[in-house]
Amino acid sequence: MHIRHILAALRHHRIAALLITLEIAFSCAVICNALFVISTRLERMHRPTGADETHLVEVRVGHVARRSAEATLAQTHTDLAALRRISGVSHVTLVNQTLFGSSISFSSVSLSSDSNAPSTAVTQYMADVNLIDTLGLKVVAGRGFRPDDQVTDASLNDKNPPQMPVIISQALAKHLFPGQSAVGKTLYAFGPNRIVGVVKRLVQPRDFGAPGEYEYAMVFPVDTPYPQGTYLLRVRDPAQRQQVIKQALSVLKKDGPLRLVSPKYARTTEAARAKYYSADRAMAWLLAGVCVLLLGVTALGIVGLTSFWVTQRRHQIGIRRAIGATRRDILTYFQTENFLIASAGIVLGMALAYGINLLLMQRYELPRLPFYYFPVGALVLWVLGQLSVLGAALRATHVPPVVATRAA
Amino acid sequence: MLKYYLQLALLSLRQHRVLTALMVLTLAVGIGASMTTLTVMRVLSGDPVPSRQGQLFHPEVDPWPMDRYVAGQTQPPPNLSYADAMGLMHASRATQQVTLTTSRAKLLPHANGEHPFFADTVMTTHGFFGTFDTPFEYGGGWSQAQDDSRERVMVIADALNRKLFGGTNSVGKSLRVAGHDYRIVGVLAPWDPQPRFYDLTLRGRGYGAGDMLYMPLEAALDDGLHSSTMNCYDSGDFSKPRVAPCMWLTLWVRLTSSAQQRDYRAMLHSYVKQQIAMGRLHRPDARLMSMRQWLDDRQAVPDDVRVQTGMALGFLLICIVNTIGLLLAKCLRRSREIGTRRALGASRAAIFAQFMVESAIVGLSGGVLGLVLAEIGLWGVRHQPVSYASLAHLDPLMFAFTFVVAVSAALLAGLLPAWRACVVAPAPQLKAG
Repeated sequence: MHIRHILAALRHHRIAALLITLEIAFSCAVICNALFVISTRLERMHRPTGADETHLVEVRVGHVARRSAEATLAQTHTDLAALRRISGVSHVTLVNQTLFGSSISFSSVSLSSDSNAPSTAVTQYMADVNLIDTLGLKVVAGRGFRPDDQVTDASLNDKNPPQMPVIISQALAKHLFPGQSAVGKTLYAFGPNRIVGVVKRLVQPRDFGAPGEYEYAMVFPVDTPYPQGTYLLRVRDPAQRQQVIKQALSVLKKDGPLRLVSPKYARTTEAARAKYYSADRAMAWLLAGVCVLLLGVTALGIVGLTSFWVTQRRHQIGIRRAIGATRRDILTYFQTENFLIASAGIVLGMALAYGINLLLMQRYELPRLPFYYFPVGALVLWVLGQLSVLGAALRATHVPPVVATRAA
Repeated sequence: MLKYYLQLALLSLRQHRVLTALMVLTLAVGIGASMTTLTVMRVLSGDPVPSRQGQLFHPEVDPWPMDRYVAGQTQPPPNLSYADAMGLMHASRATQQVTLTTSRAKLLPHANGEHPFFADTVMTTHGFFGTFDTPFEYGGGWSQAQDDSRERVMVIADALNRKLFGGTNSVGKSLRVAGHDYRIVGVLAPWDPQPRFYDLTLRGRGYGAGDMLYMPLEAALDDGLHSSTMNCYDSGDFSKPRVAPCMWLTLWVRLTSSAQQRDYRAMLHSYVKQQIAMGRLHRPDARLMSMRQWLDDRQAVPDDVRVQTGMALGFLLICIVNTIGLLLAKCLRRSREIGTRRALGASRAAIFAQFMVESAIVGLSGGVLGLVLAEIGLWGVRHQPVSYASLAHLDPLMFAFTFVVAVSAALLAGLLPAWRACVVAPAPQLKAG
């Protein structure tokens, strides 16, 4: 190809060529980073919790009149039994915090009773022994809870709290006991707690603390009174979830004294997940929209300038055709020209993209832009450039050679 | 002269309809996008209590034990334990001060047929209303004496008053909360500081629907209301919030002069020293944050919004570059016309002015269309699942700013083409014809 000739011709349109190069560079930089932010958001939105979310519904009940702790706990047991009798429900529990819920409870966990020992803040699920089965967690080492593991919530405030076992997530097990089996070992949270089991995955109800700590979680077998928790029901068939919510509400309303039972405080865990990640979803869509607009604007710019160039060079094109250039040659000329400009813009854009990414890393704790975003961004802009130039270039091929004979 | 330029510009713009439409459209899209995000930024970074600008401060002390303490790096936590909040309230000489926490109170209205419901509640001291300059529709706040005698009084928000009493004067009536009747002493006029600065470290909800009930802290604690947050730094009895080694209150003071700020800072540090001597506290750090520092520190403007604003401004830049390119193409295509005008005696300045007028027209049209797009964009933001959605409205200042930005963007874009146009040499152009 006559790259040298093309460059020589471009020298006469320095400003216009520079403008297109800049436009492509900015678009390339913004699009690379926007695509990257979108992909981090998507990845975040699809993180599993370890629970079988499609089979879960949750119902929270508030109490209005204050009653004795014993009466409240007895009421909780009555509720649990009644909820378990609903058809289509396989497991029921009452848990202090739900996945994607607004409340989150932590304890600092260390490997020694010394209060100065290094510790990690770990979220704690407190529920009766059915939690593991209700959530559908996979026990990968040790065992689940047994009925005799359970302690009451009130006894945790005693002078000598009962020693209760704990089940932890695999990520926490790896963090506390790297390269060893955690089962049978002891951690210090509520006094010494013996680890009886490890579940494959369980996460914080909502993001809190360092990103790596999202997968640290522990479960205690605590018989909790209903005002401090949420009823969690596992249904056999996901299609029955709304039906089960309706029945659970009517069961809870029928039962017991004046309480706050409302559809407002009942939802499926799937709905909870959608709500929790709604801001991420909105941001991803917004960025995607901006990318499309940006590509559109850049394409418009290229179309505008190249069509102007074609008009301006009608005479030259005519001369080239007259001295033997084929239509194909003319087409390749404009395409190569665009390819050269786009390439310059892409090189500049990569540097800019990298700079923007550094800035984002510093200020918003975004990870480093993976290498493969650069060729993807480049490819997108090369294709865009070729498509935008096509119309004007095809028009140029229809310039008849006779133009050469007319006055310049 | 200007009239003639206007005529020429309109004529030329009409001649190249597609190109003109493209320029106006790109400029409008860039301006619409950046105005949308800038409006959101502006709404989110405003001063939540303008009448107390520069006067509200947030003291912090650090009750954690010494382990994992790094001098100069460890920041004090934002909330205070009951002991520290009360200790600082007693020790201080602030003009006005208030300590508060948030809760969800189960409310049982006395009216027949009303079901009990949860209401977002602030548990606070009598200083709340004065410190934050809250407007009252009916009645007023409660007094220090009522705080001390743990009288069951409350102030309710305008929204709750409308819901329960149809907006009539409800002072003197009572509501049942936590099994006790609380007498209403005041009804706030609509008041909803944005961001809700006092809530950022309690429930962490800075925007959106506001609080409904304002209850005296001590009386509400006696009746068993819980704080919505409880961060414990030591083991102990967590069931009694007044003695629990847990942080769940925030403190705000109003300091009107720099001398007062200095005094308060000195008091804060001597308080910490004294508590360390008593063995209650261990870490020597304490700080007094201004409202501005506090909002920055708590990231009251979400990162997403900052990223969006950066993207939109980058987008506007691309649109301007694009407009320059298109204007340039259009102007170079008219070399003949320029040559003719120059040959007939038009000065370079006249050609320059003509082209700038044309750019200004493009800018103004881009601005008008951009405004429409910004309104559409803000409508989109209002329908987003974000807590600040309802606040996204264009105000007159942003409205005016949009036009200034649009016209200056277009003039900036027009500079280069206009300069190129006025240096066109007349003779070759005429010959070429």
